[in-house]
Amino acid sequence: MTEPIVETKQSESKEWEPKIIAFLCNWCSYAGADLAGVSRIQYPPNIRIVRVPCSGRINAYFIIKSLTDGWDGVVISGCHPGDCHYISGNLVARRRFAILKELLEFFGIEPGRVNFMWASAAEGERFAVLIRKATEIVKKLGPNKKFEKKW
Amino acid sequence: MVIIVGLETENKDIENNMQEIAKGLLKEKKVDVIIGYKKGTLPLLSQPIIIDKEEDVDKLLWNNLCYVNLAKYLVPRVPRFVDSEKGNLKVGVVAKGCVGRGLIHLASENKINLDEITIIGIPCNGVVNRQRVEMEIGEKEILEVSVLGNNVIVKGKDFEKEFPFDEYMNELCKGCKIRKPSLVSKFPDLCVGECEEYSNIVDEFDDIAEFESKTPEEKWEYITEALSVCTRCYACREACPMCYCNLCFVDQNKPVWFGKTTDLPDIIVYHLIRAMHMAGRCVACGACSLVCPMGIDLNFINRKLEKIVKERFDFTSGLDPDTLPPMVDFKMEDAEEFMLEED
Repeated sequence: MTEPIVETKQSESKEWEPKIIAFLCNWCSYAGADLAGVSRIQYPPNIRIVRVPCSGRINAYFIIKSLTDGWDGVVISGCHPGDCHYISGNLVARRRFAILKELLEFFGIEPGRVNFMWASAAEGERFAVLIRKATEIVKKLGPNKKFEKKW
Repeated sequence: MVIIVGLETENKDIENNMQEIAKGLLKEKKVDVIIGYKKGTLPLLSQPIIIDKEEDVDKLLWNNLCYVNLAKYLVPRVPRFVDSEKGNLKVGVVAKGCVGRGLIHLASENKINLDEITIIGIPCNGVVNRQRVEMEIGEKEILEVSVLGNNVIVKGKDFEKEFPFDEYMNELCKGCKIRKPSLVSKFPDLCVGECEEYSNIVDEFDDIAEFESKTPEEKWEYITEALSVCTRCYACREACPMCYCNLCFVDQNKPVWFGKTTDLPDIIVYHLIRAMHMAGRCVACGACSLVCPMGIDLNFINRKLEKIVKERFDFTSGLDPDTLPPMVDFKMEDAEEFMLEED
């Protein structure tokens, strides 16, 4: 049974912590995150994981909607090129990511909010390092204000 | 007699050639219907016309106000192009460069069967930037537009203004490299009229490169200012030959990808996703910009997409129906410098 998530209120003296949504592919990165967990490798608790069947499943909608919904950062992780469970899902996704990343930059949205990475099921250590790095990048950018609606 | 070589004569030449070809095609029954341009009911606009009789050929015209992309009428086919008994009719399309590109690109997406169409290629000499002209005229009503020599003359009730065409051409047309439809070697009969074979299109993106060198804040400011006037009327979507989805993402309500308001975040998201969908597909006809009632320069975003696609995947849309569009294709060695890596 899943327990209701109880959000602990951060005291105001505490530093602002970014909230990052992570889309992990079922076959590599999700297992990689699992491995990082069972190997007791520390990585920041800022990420919330969404498991997707393949990085090719990730649509630009997901990423942009995450940003409009107020997430400070988005991390997308899939299998290394050539290792995709569905042969070429991540290769098609890579082209999509390349365009989205450049487009966000063009619109003046900090490209660091959206981070793409590869991590295999055996790379728990790499996963932790990259998540640490992504969190650091987003932390530096500060809260995501550009998509806030003004009333 | 003094021969004036200018826009006016050029247009007349194009028009006469086009009418002759159209007449021949209808006479020899090579096509059932022809879609082209006719004089619009409003000034500053030529509207599409579908003809199927030889005597109607005189209605076809070419001037510098023909900015509608006729490829739009083939996907999905308008009812006039389908016969209840014969099925799909053979359609002749009066095609400037970007209409030809549209048709060929749609064929590469398997939306058009190139056997069922004939391209009547015309060497386009550019279209007028309607918005800029309207802006200069202001509130006054335009009653008549004509082309004289190299100038576009706009007449109203108590004013008459001349616009030099070279300056008031649509920005995309100024740097256009594909003025005639591309020749497809697999379909030698596809193109009648003027077509050209293109090998490698070299385009400079100086304007885009200049914008890219700005800081994120400057870019955001410029983009938000430009887009904030958007009323989300979706005229850009309706005019675009590449927007043919049965259910557009903006109309989807399960799931709701983004809000229905005209608040800035929603507008930005609309234009972001629209741009994503245009990547590697935009044929640079500029129809979206020219129909925008608020005068938003969408070409600017489309040019950026063209630049990305050209630089990353070396692809120009609408030249060859056999090349896969870049967004459904992949290469093992695609650049991935944007991926996060360990130090």
